[in-house]
Amino acid sequence: MRALLVDALSWALILAGSFFTVTGMIGLLRMPDLFTRLHAASVTDTLGAGLLCLGLMLQAGLTIVAAKLLFILALLFFTGPAITHALAQAALHAGVEPWLTEDRRDRPMEPERQTDIEERPLAPAAQ
Amino acid sequence: MFTAAAIAVLVALALAVTRAVKGPTVFDRVLAANSVGTLAILLLSVFGFLTGRPEWLDIAITYGLLNLIGTLAILKFFRHGDLAFDVEEDE
Repeated sequence: MRALLVDALSWALILAGSFFTVTGMIGLLRMPDLFTRLHAASVTDTLGAGLLCLGLMLQAGLTIVAAKLLFILALLFFTGPAITHALAQAALHAGVEPWLTEDRRDRPMEPERQTDIEERPLAPAAQ
Repeated sequence: MFTAAAIAVLVALALAVTRAVKGPTVFDRVLAANSVGTLAILLLSVFGFLTGRPEWLDIAITYGLLNLIGTLAILKFFRHGDLAFDVEEDE
């Protein structure tokens, strides 16, 4: 009974992980510019990978395999945001324009804010 | 059911490669390459369970470490045009 429950839970987690993996990549393909694509791609990095690895861990039980999956999960957990941050920083530095340069009330963003981004010191992650 | 997960990851991989081919700027391509790396990790993990050989997970971990270093190196190269860029020299 308990084995069946764990099995069902792990299948549900694996299916949800598969769903979010595909969803994130559809977002990567369909979003209008680089920064919104970064946003969509992080769905795959967090929810997709997280749920898939959790589901696989339930299948593995308390073994070295589960420990390795946990390590992969921790790796993705820490490297994903670092890479996303470095990528956005590098794109802004290279002059890639965000899709929306106005806020929700159609006011342009303050000029200080835009020049500030250009002159910000280099991202520590990129060094 | 592992087969379903593997097929889903393969479909996502195809979408990411499409973005890498289409991507207007080089950063879109770097982002797509990074996503391909993440999906490769997932595919290797699922494949290990599919074939009943958990040794595939070690390859997945190696791929994850390479993915981080590779993406940061590519970003640094396109940002400064030089892998040995030093902040002190620029100022």
